[in-house]
Amino acid sequence: MADVHIPDEAETRARWSGFAWSAANVAKVKEIIGRYPPGRQHSAVMPLLDLAQRQVGVETQTQGWLPIPVIEYVAAQIDMPKIRALEVASFYTMYNLAPVGRFHVQVCGTTPCMLRGSDDVFRACKDKGLSKGHTTADGLFTLTEVECMGTCTNAPMVQINDDNYEDLTYETTATILDALAKGENPKTGPQVDRLGAEPQGGPTTLKEMVSENHDYRGDWA
Amino acid sequence: MSTALLADKDRIFTNIYGFQPWNIDAAMKRGDWDNTKALMDRGQDAIIEEIKASNLRGRGGAGFPTGMKWSFMPKEPKEGKPSFLLINADESEPGSCKDREIIRNDPHKLIEGALVAGYAMRARAAYIYIRGEFIREAETLFAAVAEAYAKGFLGKNACGSGYDFDVFVHRGAGAYICGEETAQIESLEGKKGQPRLKPPFPAGAGLYGCPTTVNNVESIAVAPTILRRGAVWFNSFGRDNNKGTKLFQISGHVNTPCVVEESMGVSFRELIERHAGGVRGGWDNLLAVIPGGSSVPLVPAAQIMDAPMDFDGLKALGSGLGTAAVIVMDKSTDIVRAISRLSYFYKHESCGQCTPCREGTGWMWRVMERLREGNAELSEIDMLEEVTRQVEGHTICALGDAAAWPIQGLIRHFRPEIERRINERNGGAATLAVAAE
Repeated sequence: MADVHIPDEAETRARWSGFAWSAANVAKVKEIIGRYPPGRQHSAVMPLLDLAQRQVGVETQTQGWLPIPVIEYVAAQIDMPKIRALEVASFYTMYNLAPVGRFHVQVCGTTPCMLRGSDDVFRACKDKGLSKGHTTADGLFTLTEVECMGTCTNAPMVQINDDNYEDLTYETTATILDALAKGENPKTGPQVDRLGAEPQGGPTTLKEMVSENHDYRGDWA
Repeated sequence: MSTALLADKDRIFTNIYGFQPWNIDAAMKRGDWDNTKALMDRGQDAIIEEIKASNLRGRGGAGFPTGMKWSFMPKEPKEGKPSFLLINADESEPGSCKDREIIRNDPHKLIEGALVAGYAMRARAAYIYIRGEFIREAETLFAAVAEAYAKGFLGKNACGSGYDFDVFVHRGAGAYICGEETAQIESLEGKKGQPRLKPPFPAGAGLYGCPTTVNNVESIAVAPTILRRGAVWFNSFGRDNNKGTKLFQISGHVNTPCVVEESMGVSFRELIERHAGGVRGGWDNLLAVIPGGSSVPLVPAAQIMDAPMDFDGLKALGSGLGTAAVIVMDKSTDIVRAISRLSYFYKHESCGQCTPCREGTGWMWRVMERLREGNAELSEIDMLEEVTRQVEGHTICALGDAAAWPIQGLIRHFRPEIERRINERNGGAATLAVAAE
């Protein structure tokens, strides 16, 4: 993540040097390392950093982040030099190197979303008191502008923690932020009347599928 | 030569909109995992020959013949050097959003394809590298793979074929560059995703130094259907050298943006009219189209309206099919801003390894931002063009090219618009100065 001030190392070490996997994650770590061939446990660095960030998130009631001692803990787990794990953590944007809020509001600003009105989404965020690269004073929201999230036919969109909200307008963005602030669970996915990436108003193809699990093989001939 | 619109019975991804469950029981009712053993019993070489005969070209952007790629893999893996299939689900090219729909709604097409393709190329296992931001999609994929293991379709003696094959899912963490095959291999090995020099090519030394083939999700997911229906069937769609069906992703200024599977070579007009509800404000309101994802040059309205949407049709227009991510822009678009935003994207996503790209992408973006406001000299347009030529072709991977081409397309087709902004700003400043006196 860009444009973020990395917290004081001494304070971070004091707070996080005792980090260890939760009981549930101990089993998960074993399963993750098992996905890769023996001796290739370095491959597990990315999923383990993600797991660690999520555990920090649970402990801090935020999306989570990666304090330096936590990155070192992960590195030790897979016999990786600390600096290599830090390189990975700093290379990929999804690892937060500084604390974020309860909700990490990641608005896509790339051209397909821009064409469909991501300016309005940013304006709604601004009007709700969010500003790019910052966490609101109540600790609820961190706003980040992100690059293409791969949902371009449902633009504009925002990813908040693990969920997407798509086909947004100024109004629906504001409504979602309000709902989250109130502790509600707003509907995820498209905010207009469609299920996924079909044309709004109903599919132009594969209409049988809407009501039944149609098997087209009978028509193959 | 046929560019007739596709019938539903010839669509491969019948649950692409997710109206029905993705789970294995529902998928099997739609025809997935239907006697996969019989497909494998045809033999490894026969499968590769059928895919070659189908003329399937890779669906990840470059369009390399898929069957030929598979045939580069060693027929007899060396001791201690197993072969791997790496499935590229790091879908991050602005405009592209088809692999996501396959994974969240039709994941078993991909997983069955992984087995069949992996078997054909004599791979020991497949890794599916899914972009980190596809969080819910990855949850579906993990669950779908577990379903396939539970049915005995993967693992030891997969599908009763006598062949052992594993499929693993690996999540990325937010880096466009990991869609480049050697960067993806680096990333999967637990490093920063920085592309490798080629040669050696992955088929010789890829993941863990072992022979590896990297294929796009869509290329793998269509393979079982091609084998079931035959190369002749797949060849009945599209023009020569551009065969088959394709998932198009239509975004931007259309009335109903959508993902839709159509015949290769469908005309742009037909695609947009029939599936995307037409151009917002009508055809006279169309300004330009980026037909294949952000890396390909834009095409002005007049040239693309009746163009066939396939590799050669778009190449003839100085652009490309790419991933078939069609970004439509109407006349309300600030075209310089639209391309400048892509320049920012490439600046953000440059991995920093090669100097021309690391420095060039930032430099190009800053000039683009000035051109957007006309805050430049006319001569800087040519200077920018010149710099794009110095980045293009001078980097390890194609990200440098991808950053250069959208700008080249803009200058090629919209130079008068850029000049107008510069002249207006300079003229405007002069007028102000006069007024102040």
